[in-house]
Amino acid sequence: MAEYNAMELMICCAARLLEDGKTVAVGTGAPCAAAMLAQRTTSPNLVIFFEAGGVAPLLPTMPISVGDSRTFYRGLMATSMADVMETCQRGLMDYTFLGGAQIDAYGNLNSSLIGDDYTKPKVRLPGSGGANDLASFCWRILVVTNHDRRRFVEKVDFLTTPGYLTGPGAREQAGLPPGTGPYRVITDLAVLGYHERTKRMEVHSLHPGVDLEQVKAATGFDLGVREPLATTTPPTDEELRILRNEVDPHRYIIGR
Amino acid sequence: MHTGAQGKGRLFTDPSADQARSFFASKRRALVDKLTNVQDAVARLVANGDYLAIGGFGSDRIPTALLHEILRQEKQDLGLAGHTATHDFEILCAGNLMGRGQTLNRVDIAYVVGLEARGLSPHARRVMQSGTVQCTEWTNYALAVRFKAAAMGVPFLPLRSMLGTDTFHYSAAKTIDCPFTNEKLVAVPALYPDCALIHVHEADRYGNCRIRGTSVADFDVARAAKKLIITCERLIPHEEFRRDPTRTVIPFYCVDAVCEVPFGSYPGNMPYEYFSDESHLRQWLNAEKDVETFRQFLDKYIYGTRDFAEYLQMCGGLPRMQELRRQELLL
Repeated sequence: MAEYNAMELMICCAARLLEDGKTVAVGTGAPCAAAMLAQRTTSPNLVIFFEAGGVAPLLPTMPISVGDSRTFYRGLMATSMADVMETCQRGLMDYTFLGGAQIDAYGNLNSSLIGDDYTKPKVRLPGSGGANDLASFCWRILVVTNHDRRRFVEKVDFLTTPGYLTGPGAREQAGLPPGTGPYRVITDLAVLGYHERTKRMEVHSLHPGVDLEQVKAATGFDLGVREPLATTTPPTDEELRILRNEVDPHRYIIGR
Repeated sequence: MHTGAQGKGRLFTDPSADQARSFFASKRRALVDKLTNVQDAVARLVANGDYLAIGGFGSDRIPTALLHEILRQEKQDLGLAGHTATHDFEILCAGNLMGRGQTLNRVDIAYVVGLEARGLSPHARRVMQSGTVQCTEWTNYALAVRFKAAAMGVPFLPLRSMLGTDTFHYSAAKTIDCPFTNEKLVAVPALYPDCALIHVHEADRYGNCRIRGTSVADFDVARAAKKLIITCERLIPHEEFRRDPTRTVIPFYCVDAVCEVPFGSYPGNMPYEYFSDESHLRQWLNAEKDVETFRQFLDKYIYGTRDFAEYLQMCGGLPRMQELRRQELLL
């Protein structure tokens, strides 16, 4: 079995979740790599959207900006941000990938600020961008992130982007489209999902060589476990070959 | 219509459709020559205190020359619609906390401070953490819808994001119940910018514009804006627009000034023309780490240059532009 690093494993896990014939709204970085890998392995008919207006590109290289010309290279449409977002709002977008500085047990994300004073934050972060919109509209929200206590917190400093908010029924109560919500979190330690009834985050599989205590120690909230707890399938030689040679040959995302 | 929750953020612009109509009633709509230069357009059309909207997507198809000129002319107390504002925001922030007054004093935030995969801007963070700029939170789509409402000439539009979040709580949006279905919606107020700045591929001297690639929010921004300055990669004959009107994205009657600025989105990307200059963007980010270094950087590249052509020259001139064109075309 080939050697691989944590980022390569995370990208492979994310790629395997993207079913053929579905739609995905991606950003730059690991999510984009995952979508490109999925297209070249299990899901050749996965349709990629970028929020600035790029639709169904044949990505030649990794984009640097969600709006740069790679995002509609040999695409089927170069349109507006509103058009892409409204495609999501109508219910046509299956997956989106999001990230943030903080995530809580319900999958709520913070990408706005660190600190408790809105007018004078300790750290000002970018804000929602399109994340809040995508998390409100897309059927399944995926998060790819590193796993540590600074990031996996009991309470986010600012709830930028909705997960399950305060728990079961809260999204619907707030008026968000029913049937949408957080789906999987892929970290450098594990693949996590959400308990069907409580909507709290739980571990689905541990990456090879990682034990449950390690994951719990890296999480700032009480973490559930889905039984039977599985071990993440490592990247196959084929996945690694495509990822390294075709998806990210310059190793911008997967590193050296 | 029942109104429910309300964000506590400040509304920086007047959403009134009738107020907008009374402005547009006197806006010049004749097919007249609007060709000018960047210096004149900014001096004439960007007033201190104006609320700005910027076309493109942060580092893609941005009106860099106009933004530099705003710094050179030391415009003060501007407002900004920050929908994925990245290098454009970085440029405007350079007018704050650097001993030249305050370029920005209020920002509608969807995405600021960051440069996507390139990281966070140290100086934009200093500005936004100083408490000297008023902020209201939104999302990229919410700002796009606010421009769309203004372009439609109505005071608000509904959407289904922002619900249940602090993003809503710190916005100036309201929740409403749909009068037909009772579904809960977020109502966002129309955003009529005082002045919009948009870089396009081709324009004629009257302001008709063609854009290639994604339009982002520019179709609506151009129509929502009270004043609109266009920079273009190339001026083309008016007859081209007559020959193929299907390609006109922005019509002349929205436009107040047209400036030809080749490589005008540099160091940003211009689809089908040239890729972003990642090393210059990195150099800018690095210079920001230290205030004194950043001051020297700005003196050299912005305040010490007469115009955008001189800036391009300083950044490697035509050979560098040709290299970026090869990158764009994947050659």
